[in-house]
Amino acid sequence: MRIGVPKELFAGEKRVATTPDVAAQLIKMGYDVAVESNAGAAANYSDASYETAGCSIASREEIWNDSDIVLKVRGPDDEEAASLKAGQTLISFLWPAQNPELLQKLTESGVTALAMDSVPRISRAQKMDALSSMANIAGYRAVVEAAQHFGRFFTGQITAAGKVPPAKVLVIGAGVAGLAAIGAAKSMGAIVRSFDTRPEVKEQIESMDAEFLMLDFEDEDGSGEGGYAKIMSDEFIKAEMALFAEQAKDVDIIITTALIPGRPAPRLVLSDMVESMKDGSVIVDLAAEQGGNCELTEPGKVIVHNGVTIIGYTDMASRLATQSSQLYASNLRHMLTDMTPGKDGQIVVDMEDEAIRGATVCKDGKTTWPPPAPQLSVAPSKPKPAPAPAPVVEKKRSVAGPIIGMVIAGLALLGLGAVAPASFMAHFTVFVLACFVGYMVIWNVTAALHTPLMSVTNAISSIIILGALIQISSEVEVIKWVAVATVLLTSINIVGGFAVTRRMLEMFRR
Amino acid sequence: MNIEGVISVSYIIATILFILALGGLSNQETARRGNWYGIIGMAIALIATILGVVTQHYEYLFAALLIGGTIGLIAAKRVQMTQMPELVAILHSLVGLAAVAVGFANFMDPARLSHYIGVELTIHDIETYLGILIGAVTFSGSVIAFGKLSGRLSGSPLTLPGRHLFNLGLLIAAIFFAYQFVVQSADGGGMQPLIIMTAIALVFGIHMVMAIGGADMPVVVSMLNSYSGWAASATGFMLGNDLLIVTGALVGSSGAILSYIMCRAMNRKFLSVIAGGFGTGGGTAAAAGEDQGEVNPIEAEETAELLANAKQVMIIPGYGMAVAQAQHIVYEITKTLRAKGVNVRFGIHPVAGRMPGHMNVLLAEAKVPYDIVFEMDEVNNDFPKVDVSVIIGANDIVNPSALTDPDGPIGGMPVLECWKGGVSIVLKRSMATGYAGVQNPLFFLDNTRMLFGDAGDTLDKVFKAL
Repeated sequence: MRIGVPKELFAGEKRVATTPDVAAQLIKMGYDVAVESNAGAAANYSDASYETAGCSIASREEIWNDSDIVLKVRGPDDEEAASLKAGQTLISFLWPAQNPELLQKLTESGVTALAMDSVPRISRAQKMDALSSMANIAGYRAVVEAAQHFGRFFTGQITAAGKVPPAKVLVIGAGVAGLAAIGAAKSMGAIVRSFDTRPEVKEQIESMDAEFLMLDFEDEDGSGEGGYAKIMSDEFIKAEMALFAEQAKDVDIIITTALIPGRPAPRLVLSDMVESMKDGSVIVDLAAEQGGNCELTEPGKVIVHNGVTIIGYTDMASRLATQSSQLYASNLRHMLTDMTPGKDGQIVVDMEDEAIRGATVCKDGKTTWPPPAPQLSVAPSKPKPAPAPAPVVEKKRSVAGPIIGMVIAGLALLGLGAVAPASFMAHFTVFVLACFVGYMVIWNVTAALHTPLMSVTNAISSIIILGALIQISSEVEVIKWVAVATVLLTSINIVGGFAVTRRMLEMFRR
Repeated sequence: MNIEGVISVSYIIATILFILALGGLSNQETARRGNWYGIIGMAIALIATILGVVTQHYEYLFAALLIGGTIGLIAAKRVQMTQMPELVAILHSLVGLAAVAVGFANFMDPARLSHYIGVELTIHDIETYLGILIGAVTFSGSVIAFGKLSGRLSGSPLTLPGRHLFNLGLLIAAIFFAYQFVVQSADGGGMQPLIIMTAIALVFGIHMVMAIGGADMPVVVSMLNSYSGWAASATGFMLGNDLLIVTGALVGSSGAILSYIMCRAMNRKFLSVIAGGFGTGGGTAAAAGEDQGEVNPIEAEETAELLANAKQVMIIPGYGMAVAQAQHIVYEITKTLRAKGVNVRFGIHPVAGRMPGHMNVLLAEAKVPYDIVFEMDEVNNDFPKVDVSVIIGANDIVNPSALTDPDGPIGGMPVLECWKGGVSIVLKRSMATGYAGVQNPLFFLDNTRMLFGDAGDTLDKVFKAL
């Protein structure tokens, strides 16, 4: 089958849905890949590099008319949607909840459409989770944008010219984007704080070496379905806002990433908070496309309000086009790998496959969105196992125990000595001494040699053969035969034990 | 010539050689010499006894020696290194059986009553009784252990209701029959209580090992090793033979120390292992741990890439490596990586596998040099510096809940803290729990990747990808 990759037409969109590396892998799977001329130019992938990878370069019409599968980043515009025909498969971001008309149109045209934004959050589908890979990039880029507009270092320094305090960064919402932002800001040397309504991310925040801002509030768990956040109660929001208001006076940079699936972004940074911030502060609003976490955000623009720069770019991932194209293309490739079970270039939309079922929004003229609820809840269980080891409590050994034991053992020995004949005591002395010798010798044996130790002790414990040798000359038939049998058994043991030990020891080498 | 004196001196020499043999095993350089000391000691003891004590029936003696020796040699040559635990267990059972046989033969000797009188006879009888008792427990226990280790019997613990009471009843019965035996023996009888006791001891041995789960097998094997020593020692008392007493005591204390080391490695009390039932309490724990989040699967090619790009790699083998016979391919991978300048080391948990030192033997078979194989305590602090840990068929020994959940079934057990390193790659056939029945939170950590499939096959793929 033929895969077509058109150039993205959306203004400012620099990403492309496949890279030369990924295209080569698709071709290996049996597909023909056609790329529109200059499709990858904005992401630094030249037509020549696609051709080297084995793709053909085609015109716009050819791509849309002749492709069996169309790979895109953004959803199709009206014109593109109209040129799709029944039997074609479209894979891209579609946002079916926000774009019902588009979904309607696609359904009517009879194409099979898979929305990369609807891939369910199950472990098997992580490799095709384009939202996460884009969010990761957006988080990183948010810090870069903030640094661009921030007039100071992120890191603290003491120089000959004076002391530079480190920048303080507040990251609201510690999802994939938030954590990426924390990591980027932290590595630039800033002091990073972070807040999230889901208490289980505390550990993740702290693992990034950032400070988790605790809300002094009775337990309310903000974890919704699929590991995303949910809407909180009014009291909670009030406490949360108070915390932000207090933090706004202190921090230099606020990066907001708070999103609730299928709803407008929550308003978390109000205009009075912005006004309370220091001059030169920066707010990066990663939720700008969904209306913004900051009241003053203007989607797609950078504004300055009262000395505070508010960045509302909605194309953060596109601003790192090479990287995001590469990750997005890999996500697509993983999905196509799953959909090409025969590795024969034939796509199979398997509606039994949970991941594919979730992503498929329309098929054969029927709308299949929203998918049935996922069978697996992927929310991490509430008491997440702490990777940090609990301090081991050393129990103090009582000194009295061993002493009492020794006294009792001593008394028992004295009692034994009082009644036992001399010949027994002589043997007993030997026995006790031998136990001690064994004790002293064995402690030195290295753990690696425990198996040879066991086989050699096994061999020498067959010294019991002496008992049989003493008996074998007996005139009594039964005793003789029992002794012969014993000699047989123990000699298996002696030879077997020593031989296998020798074999093992031969293998140990430096 | 004073035959008695020559025999005594030979026995002393044999004793010294045995001690040197055990001492020699304290490190790899002297281990081979130690084994030779043992062989020479045994040969001296045998020759002295055959020349000095045996007066007739040489033909039977040598025939038995020859047949037995040949069987032993063939078994030792044929056994696969992964089957070592089974071989050791079955060899232990032979020592136990021999102790029973020698005890009975000694009891049947009519010279016994004329030789010992009064207190001496009582002590002699008790020694005989104890020798047979320990021998019988060793025998039946080892046979069951052999069955469990070779997979002929289920590895899961059999827990009868009221098993502690049952054991106690057996103990009381054994003491009761000991009294009966001593009383009757003075009158020339006593065979009946002796046989009943042997039966009781056999049942006790079977029951004891049946109740112990697969994960505790290292303890069981070393404990049976200890028992076989004590059986030899008791027989030595019975025969008044110091060489037997000393050798038995050496082996007995050696096995006891090994058991202790194994128990400490699992943070378990010796008595609670013997009392059995480990691995059954996991039902609730496993159920509660079902929903711990999601695992991150990985492919063999990515694994190879991770390994090739790492600087420090730690390989943690477990019983799964033995099952999959993967030790050779593991070493091939190790060699390739070391050639690329990756520092590959092996971290061995004391109870990995089914026998003390099991993993070391397997790695040695694959010719892994022993100076890159380390014990848990030697490497546990290094994990923060390790880029990639590869866990091959191990579970409980890398379970973080041993540290975080002190009340869990494996709480407090020292584990290899691989999650402190960069990435942990876990090779497993499925998400099943380990022998302890505890879910492993390690598998759900963000820096853990699961590589599902048979360890041998997947490692083959990794090797090819390298």
